[in-house]
Amino acid sequence: MSVNGKPKFAMYWAAACGGCEIAVLNIHEKILDVDAAFEVVFWPVAVDTKYKDVEAMPDGAITLTLFDGGIRNHENAEMAHLLRRKSQIMVAFGSCACEGCIPGLANLSTIESVYETVYQSVSTVNPTQVRPHTTWQVPEGELHIPEMYPALRALDQVVPVDYYMPGCPPESHQIEAVISLVIQALAGQATLPPKGSLIGVGTSTVCDECPRTRNVKTIAKFERIQHLERIDPELCLLEQGIPCNGPATVSGCNARCPQAGAQCIGCYGPGPGVIDYGARLISAFASVLEGEEPEQIERGLDSLPDPVGQVYRFSLAKSLLKATRAVPEIPEEEPHAAHQH
Amino acid sequence: MTEPFEPVIIGFTCNWCSYRAADMAGTARIKYPPNVRLIRLMCSGRLDPMFVLKALSSGADGVLITGCHPGECHYLVQNYKALRRYLLLRRVLGEMGIEPQRIRLVWASAAEGVRLAEEITRMVEEVRALGPLNWPGRTNGHLEALEQAAQQAEGEPV
Amino acid sequence: MTVESMSQTNHQERIGVYVCHCGTNIAGVVDVEEVARWAAEKLQRRGVIIARDYKFMCSSLGQELIENDIKELGLTRVVVAACSPHLHEQTFRTACARAGLNPYLCELVSIREQVSWVHTDTAAATEKSKAVVAGGVERVLYHEALEPLHVPIHPATMVVGGGIAGIQAALEIADAGFPVYLVEREPSIGGHMAQFDKTFPTLDCAACILTPRMVSVGTHPNITMLTWSEVTDVTGYVGNFTVTVKKKPRYINTDLCTGCGICWEKCPKKVIDEVFEAGLGYRKAVYTPFPQAVPKYPVIDHENCTYFQKGTCKACEKFCPTGAIAFEQEEEYLTLQVGNIILATGFDILDARRVAQYGYGRYANVFTSLEFERLSNAAGPTSGNIVLRDGMTVPKTVGIIHCVGSRDRNYNNYCSAICCMQSLKFAHLIHERTGATVYNFYIDIRTPAKAYDEFYQRVLGEGTIFCRGRVAEVSDVALNPGEEGKLVIQTEDTLAGRQRRIPVDMVILSVGLEPRQDAKEVAKLFGISCSADGWIIEKHPKLDPVVTMTEGILVAGCAQGPKDIPATVAQGAAAAVRVLARIQQGQISLEPVRASVNEELCSGCRICNGLCPFNAIMFHEDRMVTEINPALCQGCGTCVAACPTGAITGTVFSNEQVLAQIDGLLMHNVEPGPLEPAAPA
Repeated sequence: MSVNGKPKFAMYWAAACGGCEIAVLNIHEKILDVDAAFEVVFWPVAVDTKYKDVEAMPDGAITLTLFDGGIRNHENAEMAHLLRRKSQIMVAFGSCACEGCIPGLANLSTIESVYETVYQSVSTVNPTQVRPHTTWQVPEGELHIPEMYPALRALDQVVPVDYYMPGCPPESHQIEAVISLVIQALAGQATLPPKGSLIGVGTSTVCDECPRTRNVKTIAKFERIQHLERIDPELCLLEQGIPCNGPATVSGCNARCPQAGAQCIGCYGPGPGVIDYGARLISAFASVLEGEEPEQIERGLDSLPDPVGQVYRFSLAKSLLKATRAVPEIPEEEPHAAHQH
Repeated sequence: MTEPFEPVIIGFTCNWCSYRAADMAGTARIKYPPNVRLIRLMCSGRLDPMFVLKALSSGADGVLITGCHPGECHYLVQNYKALRRYLLLRRVLGEMGIEPQRIRLVWASAAEGVRLAEEITRMVEEVRALGPLNWPGRTNGHLEALEQAAQQAEGEPV
Repeated sequence: MTVESMSQTNHQERIGVYVCHCGTNIAGVVDVEEVARWAAEKLQRRGVIIARDYKFMCSSLGQELIENDIKELGLTRVVVAACSPHLHEQTFRTACARAGLNPYLCELVSIREQVSWVHTDTAAATEKSKAVVAGGVERVLYHEALEPLHVPIHPATMVVGGGIAGIQAALEIADAGFPVYLVEREPSIGGHMAQFDKTFPTLDCAACILTPRMVSVGTHPNITMLTWSEVTDVTGYVGNFTVTVKKKPRYINTDLCTGCGICWEKCPKKVIDEVFEAGLGYRKAVYTPFPQAVPKYPVIDHENCTYFQKGTCKACEKFCPTGAIAFEQEEEYLTLQVGNIILATGFDILDARRVAQYGYGRYANVFTSLEFERLSNAAGPTSGNIVLRDGMTVPKTVGIIHCVGSRDRNYNNYCSAICCMQSLKFAHLIHERTGATVYNFYIDIRTPAKAYDEFYQRVLGEGTIFCRGRVAEVSDVALNPGEEGKLVIQTEDTLAGRQRRIPVDMVILSVGLEPRQDAKEVAKLFGISCSADGWIIEKHPKLDPVVTMTEGILVAGCAQGPKDIPATVAQGAAAAVRVLARIQQGQISLEPVRASVNEELCSGCRICNGLCPFNAIMFHEDRMVTEINPALCQGCGTCVAACPTGAITGTVFSNEQVLAQIDGLLMHNVEPGPLEPAAPA
């Protein structure tokens, strides 16, 4: 407990885009409830606390940590270990922490090809072909930048996680609901779900929240939504050939995208108990595709030119295969004390 | 002493045709390499892509999927679903860098024990030539140590 | 959502592992004692508390080992490593049940058909056996205690096909006191047997032995005959089928018709009878197929009736003494509830024109076996006179060619079972009636059944000339003196070691039997499978020949494969007995391999809805969820694999079981030794 008796709250962004932080701020005036109920001890986007301040806290001092972003480099991993030690409840917040999200797609490339793209592509001016170094000698001493790992990992592939709150970002109304639940639980008025649960989600899939009409489906080929002249606003998108990931994606977002006329891309990830999100979609899509002759089926599949992108856009890092074969083994890491600033 | 590489292939058979074909190969004492370990399903239509992904990511060097010939499925048309899932799965695996020869679909009727044995022999040789897949050794080697740490951490007070 | 590694932890079940020697069948290649010892040590943490090896696990002593361990050691799971589950899964399940353990908590893994019988490297075979056992142990942890599903059996039976197989089955069931619907698509029952003249080996007249049976069927209070009818739809499941039967219009009012026959006498329109007379004779546009037809009511052939085609004539109506002609009659659809269906749809003969070198269709005096039966039949188009196509000339020499289109990779690879006896019968009849010289051209003489070979010896004694060899060609080109105006059979005589050219007046082709033209459509209609050849597939070729793999659909007679009349009758009776057993029990237990939907998880995406060929998947529009009918579900698991959110689970082959078996087969659940890695072997 802190000096003013309020439970401590932390939020940290690892390899992240900042969208999760914005989603939290998007709960509008409810943010005042957060401030009233918690002492915010560490939140780089909002509060000026340093890593050494966190290190100085006793273990378990932070009641609730929302950790968003994936584990891309050594710093992210260190902070994951540090915050895990210092927190009672650690939530993998947002798709990056839950399953790798978009940064996880880098697992389809080796580090070398990532550096090539970033540092040597045609739009980059880099005549001496500079590449990042993790240590560099300067007159004042030695500089360190965190080492980038060969593969991006989700949070629970590095530290144990108590709850998962998926979404890219999690919907603000769900964030509100979860924070209210935690506040009530801390006051002894509610119980938290079992450790390891998905929170901030519904009980079914996006289809359950989607108002479109659904019939028995077969499709001859997949369509790119922008190439269709007319999209029926009342009819299931998948039935119109548009590859919608809604059937495999856990509900909770109110089917915002299908209601707005776009296919679900699956940012909330799988429901509980699903061990590979992409496998479900591979099975489901193949089941409704027409065709009995291999040639006919292959032609139908040609209309889905990037199946990995379609089925693993958010979940590649947590899939059974996790990364392309070219990505080498992640080297053994010794969890050591955070480096000095 | 390094031993020569012996691939381990997980094979899925359907209860009515291909499992009986494997039995028939046995009754006829037809010999094939011991590298395939078979799992019986009721139908090739039961084959969930996650089984293949699980096998490959858990140490298998290849996966063999077998079922009744199209038109002869005991459940009438379910092997077509297996075919479609297999074709899409093979594309996904290709994007992940897994050679297409590592997963194979073979139709075999209950009377084709000889042919099934031949297909198994052929696949074992093809996968042997490709070398070990070693998937868990790549990104999971580090993970297993973390898992154990995770399990020890469970039970810590909140 | 952490990476599951359950296989690394200790488990609370109490598992018994039993490794069978099977004499030396397994023990000769696999070190079974070592496998058992290894399982007890290395899989202990997964729950294995006892591992035994024994000479014959399926013996009563072997089963007792399991039963005693269940009772004394409190086993909660059993894994047997032995032969194929197709042989003994039931045996070991029953043993467990006797000892008080739910039979579905037992798993049989094969280390015989799939290891000891197919591998020669004993070390590798032993290693693989360990992996197979590890897979079985891991899998059995996820087995559930299941109960079979009980389904009531409707006492009515449908027999499809009114030939001798269907007649036999129908009579047996009806005599036992239960109702039968006999559906036949021709105007009369009788099938092909009604077309034959004499039947081998006894030379009984086919009509004489068949017609009393046909009359019994026609007059039986428990049999509803639906002739000139076809099945158009079948839904439901064993014990509860709903069948739609289309009754084609006879255009005869059967309540008024007396079968007097004036209508066909007076009918001016003659039509070649392609069906019953095999194209050799005529019938009228209104006809019964043969005089002893059951039922006796004729039908009007719509395509060939002058009234239907041109609006004139109506001679039959004018002369009918009871006013039974009913031109305005329409087809009728009946919906019938039955508990079991017996398919006895019979065979077609091979189209002899396909074997072009034998000249059928080009040379007038080349006949098929069925055409010859009609020639020889006293009620046939030539009144039983064996004459050439001109209707008058009695042949002086006849050549009978065996195996036309059978045992031949160019047509059908199988043996048609009856053609040798049939050809011998023809030889005998020709001798008897005409005194002609008869040549039989054969590959082998197949006379396996009772009194068959004696018949062959008799025919041999009658002076028939047998020539062993494949006939190359039948031609009318005369190359040698004596061949003018004859059909020349060019053949190899393998016993004499030379080619022969034998001029004959008449050639008879013993054509092979084939499945009905529409066999595949019929199979689909009833939800069963045909083999690549087109014969209906039986559940087990030796031990269960009259049942298909779809519960409640049985098969009898040539629809299952070529066979003679005794075997056909035996199968008809066998199918009837199986049906009667079910009806007597009143209900049937179905294997609990089923899929079911967790409605909480189901979002109503309907992706599974189109995947079930058995119509077991239903969608509830009001609740927007899918449900699976457990009685219709055949347990294939396709919907389980397809569900995008895992809302559908399947018993006996659940995801957990298969994933666990994968782990076990890759030896992830094995306790690592001091020097061994935990990685896969």
